[in-house]
Amino acid sequence: MSERSGAQIIVEGLERQGVSVVSGIPGGAILPLYDALSHSRIRHVLARHEQGAGFIAQGFARASGRAGVCLASSGPGATNLLTAIADARLDSVPLVCITGQVPSSMLGTDAFQEVDTYGLTVPITKHNFLVRSARELLDVIPRAFAIATSGRPGPVLIDVPKDVQTQTTPVECWPEPGRAASPPTVDTCAIEEAAELLESARRPVLYLGGGVVQSGAAELARALAERIDAPAVMTLMALGVLPSEHPLSCGMLGMHAARYTNLVLEECDVLVALGARFDDRATGLPEQFCPDARIVHVDVDASELGKIKQPRLGIAGDVRRVLEELLPKTRVMSRPEWRARVSELRRQHPLRLPGAHDPRTPYGLIRSVAALAGDDAIVTTDVGQHQMWAAQAYPLQRPRQWITSGGLGTMGFGLPAAIGAALAFPERKVICFSGDGSLKMNIQELATAAEEQVDVKIVLLDNHSLGLVYQQQELFYGSRFYASKYRGRVDFPRIAEGFGVRAWDLDTTSEPSALLRRALAEPGPGLIHASIDVDAKVFPMVPPGAANRDMIGG
Amino acid sequence: MALLELTVRNHPGVLSHVCGLFSRRATNVESVLCLPSPDGTSRIWLSVCDDARVEPLAKQLRKLEDVLDVRTPAPDVFERVERALRSA
Repeated sequence: MSERSGAQIIVEGLERQGVSVVSGIPGGAILPLYDALSHSRIRHVLARHEQGAGFIAQGFARASGRAGVCLASSGPGATNLLTAIADARLDSVPLVCITGQVPSSMLGTDAFQEVDTYGLTVPITKHNFLVRSARELLDVIPRAFAIATSGRPGPVLIDVPKDVQTQTTPVECWPEPGRAASPPTVDTCAIEEAAELLESARRPVLYLGGGVVQSGAAELARALAERIDAPAVMTLMALGVLPSEHPLSCGMLGMHAARYTNLVLEECDVLVALGARFDDRATGLPEQFCPDARIVHVDVDASELGKIKQPRLGIAGDVRRVLEELLPKTRVMSRPEWRARVSELRRQHPLRLPGAHDPRTPYGLIRSVAALAGDDAIVTTDVGQHQMWAAQAYPLQRPRQWITSGGLGTMGFGLPAAIGAALAFPERKVICFSGDGSLKMNIQELATAAEEQVDVKIVLLDNHSLGLVYQQQELFYGSRFYASKYRGRVDFPRIAEGFGVRAWDLDTTSEPSALLRRALAEPGPGLIHASIDVDAKVFPMVPPGAANRDMIGG
Repeated sequence: MALLELTVRNHPGVLSHVCGLFSRRATNVESVLCLPSPDGTSRIWLSVCDDARVEPLAKQLRKLEDVLDVRTPAPDVFERVERALRSA
């Protein structure tokens, strides 16, 4: 039996969980924990803003599938984390956030750097803890990991008052590390019913969501599509589940889908939603989404079934488990008529990528980078036009290759998430597509990238404006541009160099392809700057609140 | 009026977890009653006006880590409370 402080229990708890890297920023209320961490083999990555620390942990989690861990102090440290936590919640990313808090005796007294972290994080976490004794930490740490990774993953916050970190307690035995609970068994009758629905379908479509990635069911989803000969659409979160050139892949659905993709959904008679939540950016006006379809909805979160669309058959279960049961119950089918119809729609309304062969256009730049980066590269994005262009044009090959902020749509996500992905896979190249609006929101993390020498290449599409806002003002607000163009210019290559990050500028070269090749071949962090036309648009576009058939452009 | 009966772990944060689910959906909780049980759990009774919202809310409540059980419909304890208060 030996005495341990609360801080030591946290650190040993993290070690026992197999945590190899944490990101964070220290401050007064979390110094005992940092002191204990200094004796650990866990690698600490010092972020430059707590939101950066949160997104570094997210990038690690999204790339690896394991829980990401981040640390912050009380007060502003904790409030700065909130955006990254809310983002993890909406995209179901397993995250364990540990915050320092003022000593228990001062809780509620408006002490220095005191904020109600517990109260603030109630609506944005899967679960949260305010720890009241060092002893509790023995159970809280493993429970936090179990909750974060079980079922539908999500963020868990542990708020630890400073005196709880320093309090000592005898430790006789350690509880087992927290692991994801094995998913519940699947209702056999429901599987039979699903198989019958697929059998009776004439124009089925698979609608694949982030849950397919989370449950490790990409191979099975592909097998199902091939077995029943059904085309598949993917949400923004599921891109990569089917390789982009797979004959049954119809790419991304929704607001910025190719026209044919949304039109295929218009005609489908059975929609099989796997780990997808009928988000408004995917469905458009929900009443008019797949108007003729009977819906089979599989989700590990029972509250998603019937939340937006009433399914004919709802199955509360892990996608992988369900597909393992369902596949042997289905017959190998062939649907030449439906496939021909899908091909016809694709021919008539293809995805148009103007300029795809010219690296000085958005699509061309994305395609050129993809060709040079190779299939091993991980791709992160920020939020805005560049994100949608990349979603449309990047030839993704596998799940977890694509890391993007979908639900919350957080500008500033891309760079720190790329750092986190690079920490999880140091042997891989990470490409971060960003815009000038987004990059500025967490640009301080360039310092972290330089310090850690991660192999992250930022590809900056710079139009000196908030491009997607500008686009919406033109299309839906009578071209009354307001607060969407930056009047001041920023010299991004110089800024990057100031942080110790190499920079290349496509604007000043006559040979963009050669420059891209050189830049991407270089190891370590780098920024590739490319000015783009502010009038370039993301097309097609479904106006917010419209049905998916009402697409503009493309 | 729809009624719910919850069994929850009895600790300081549980009520804000429960009530937060209602307020973020702009649903008013009309009545609340909470009683601790000897086994470390508590029972919470809630009533809400909007019947249509109860089923999705019950599903969300079941997802909360500290909510052990959700029953709806539930017996109308509030009627009895009101009577008791009137005679007091």
